[in-house]
Amino acid sequence: MNYTFELAYKNTFKQANLTALIVLTISLGIAACVITYALIYLMSADPLPTKSARVLHVQLDNWDPNKAAIEPNLPPEQVTWQDATNIVAAKQAKYQAASAITWGMVTPTDKNAAPFLGVMRATHGEFFPMFNVPFLYGQGWQNAEPNEAKYVTVLTKEVNERVFSGENSIGKTLPMLGKIFTVVGVLDDWHPSPKFYDMVYGAFSKPEDLYIPFQIKAELELPHGGITNCWETNLGDSYQGFLNSECTNFELWVEVDELTHFSDYEFYLNSYVQQQKQLGRFARPINNILLDINQWLSYKRVVSKDIYVFFSLALLFLFVCLFNAASLISTKFTASTHEVALRRALGANQQNIFLQSMIEAMILGVLGGVFGLIFSLFGLQGISYLYPNFSTFLTLDLTLISFAFGLSILSSLISALGPIWFLNRTPIAKHLT
Amino acid sequence: MLKMTDVKKVFRTDLVETHALKDFNLQVGEGDFVAVTGPSGSGKTTFLNIAGLLETFDGGTYELDGQDVSNLNDKHRSQLRNEKIGFIFQGFNLIPDLNLFDNVDVPLRYRGFNSAERKKRIENSLEMVGLAQRMKHLPSQLSGGQQQRVAIARALAGEPRFLLADEPTGNLDTKMANSVMELLKTINDAGTTIIMVTHDADLAKQARRNIYVRDGQVSEL
Repeated sequence: MNYTFELAYKNTFKQANLTALIVLTISLGIAACVITYALIYLMSADPLPTKSARVLHVQLDNWDPNKAAIEPNLPPEQVTWQDATNIVAAKQAKYQAASAITWGMVTPTDKNAAPFLGVMRATHGEFFPMFNVPFLYGQGWQNAEPNEAKYVTVLTKEVNERVFSGENSIGKTLPMLGKIFTVVGVLDDWHPSPKFYDMVYGAFSKPEDLYIPFQIKAELELPHGGITNCWETNLGDSYQGFLNSECTNFELWVEVDELTHFSDYEFYLNSYVQQQKQLGRFARPINNILLDINQWLSYKRVVSKDIYVFFSLALLFLFVCLFNAASLISTKFTASTHEVALRRALGANQQNIFLQSMIEAMILGVLGGVFGLIFSLFGLQGISYLYPNFSTFLTLDLTLISFAFGLSILSSLISALGPIWFLNRTPIAKHLT
Repeated sequence: MLKMTDVKKVFRTDLVETHALKDFNLQVGEGDFVAVTGPSGSGKTTFLNIAGLLETFDGGTYELDGQDVSNLNDKHRSQLRNEKIGFIFQGFNLIPDLNLFDNVDVPLRYRGFNSAERKKRIENSLEMVGLAQRMKHLPSQLSGGQQQRVAIARALAGEPRFLLADEPTGNLDTKMANSVMELLKTINDAGTTIIMVTHDADLAKQARRNIYVRDGQVSEL
C-alpha cells in the first residue's frame, strides 16, 4: 500500500503542467459550488442551536375582518402594543419578550464623546436570557411590570467603547432621550446572523446600538421604528391612541420550557384571542401562528430562491469542469500507459493499478479542494465587499471546508473513473517491445 | 515445466481474422535454453507473450510448472508472472525517471519483500551484471548494452524459474550483443530456464535447443 501511495504521489507531479491544469479546472468548479453553498448554509444556519425549537415567534390575526393582513389568509407578522403587553404580562411561557426599534439622541457626559443618534431596541428584560445574549459586563433587567419602567440601559460593546472607552460602565449614567439612564449591562460581541428576532430591516442587518425597557417607549412616547401596519382608519392623534389601536409594530417571542409545552402555549394563545373576541376585538376566525426560529426563517424566506438557482448553476458549472478534468486526466493517464504496461508485466495486478490511479485522483481532488477553498475565500470576500452586512457571517467553517474537500475528492474520482477504467484495460503486450 | 498443447491465438478485427498460433505444441524442460526463430509475423512474439502470461489464448492448454493457467484470474496471473517469470525486451523498457536501483526494485515491490531483502537482491543482481557501482545512475546515463544488463538484473532479481527474452540483442551492436549473450548463458548455467526469440541465427546457435516457428506452428530444428 505504501508503494502504491508513493507511486501515486510521484505520478501526480510527474507532468506538472497537466496536473496544474487539472487542479485548476477542478478548483474553479469547487469554488463556484462552495461560494453558493456557503451562502445557503450560512444564511440558513440555526442562530440559536441549543434551543431554537423552543423559542417561538408569535403571530395573532387581529386584522380587518374583510381582508387578510397577508394574502391568501395569513396574520400580520407583528403584534399590537396591547397584545404584546398583555401576553408578556400573562407569563405563560418560561420567557417572553416583545420588542420594537426606536431611536433618540444619546448625549454622553464625557466631553470627548460626541452626541449621536442612537438606534435602540425597546424590549422586555427576558429578551436577553431568551436569546442567550452574551454580556461583557453586568446583565439585563427584569421584565418590568406595566408602568414600572426604570431608566436603565444595556449597551453594545461598540457603544460602550464609544461612550465609556470600553471600560466597565456598569452603574454609570448616560443621558439620552432627555432622561438619565443607568447602564446595567454591556454586551459582548453579538451579531446573530440572520437577525432572526427582527428582520424588518433585512435578515442580515446590524443589531441596534442600545437596549431600553419596553415600557420606556410608551412613557417617553418614542418614535416607532421598523414597519408599522394599520388597518383601522380612525386612530386618533395621540400616542396613546396608537398604542390602543390595532396597529402592529412589535415582534413578540416566547420560550417554552420543553417542546411538549408548545401545544399548551398554543392553547393559551387561542384562549387569549377568544377572550379578546369577547371584548370586541379579533373579528377574524382564530388564525394564530406559532413558529420556532428555524420555521420562522423558512417562513421569511431568508434564503431566497435566487441563491438556490445560483447553486444549481454552480453545480452545472462543476459538471462542465468535471468533463474537462476527465479529458485532462485521460491525457495524463494515456501518457503513463507504457509504464503501466511494464509494471503489469513485472507483477502489478489490475487492483494495484486501479488503487494507484484512484489515490492519484484523490491527491488531485485534495489539491483541487485546497485551491478551491482559496478561490472561495476570494469570492466570499468579494461578496462581503459588495454586501457589507454579510461580512459578519461569511466565513469558511469546518463544515464548509469539509464540504469543499469532500466535493473536490468526489469530483476528481468521478472524473478519473473513465480514464482509470481504460488504463486498467491496457493490453500489456501491445505497449512492450 | 512449460507445456503448451494445441494452443490457438486468433487476432480479430472487423474485417480480418488472423490466426497467430495454430495448434501450437511445445514442451520446455527445466534448465533449458531455447532459441525461437522464424520469419516476421510467424507468431514468435505471440508465443512469448502467451508464455509470459501477458496475453490470453483462445484454445488448447498451457501448463506452467504443472499448473494449468488457462482459467486463472488477473491476480493469479500477475502473481505467477511476478514470481516465476522474468522478462527481457528488445527496447529494454526501463523506467526513465527511476535510477537503476529503483528500476530493479519494481518487481520486488510487487512481490512484497521487505526492504532489507530487496536491497540484498538488487545489489546482488546488479553485481552479477557488473553495474553495482552505478546503481544511482539514471538509464539515460548508460549505453544500450548497459541498459539491457539492467533489464536482465531486473528480470533476475526475483529469482524466476523462466527468463523470457524477446530479441534481447536486437538494439545492440555485435560486441554488446555477444556480451549480453554470454551473460544469458551464465544465467542459464546457473539453472534458470531461458526462452529467447531472435532473428539472429548466430545467436540462436548458442542456445541448447532451437525451434522454428512458421505460420503459428512450431517445428524443432
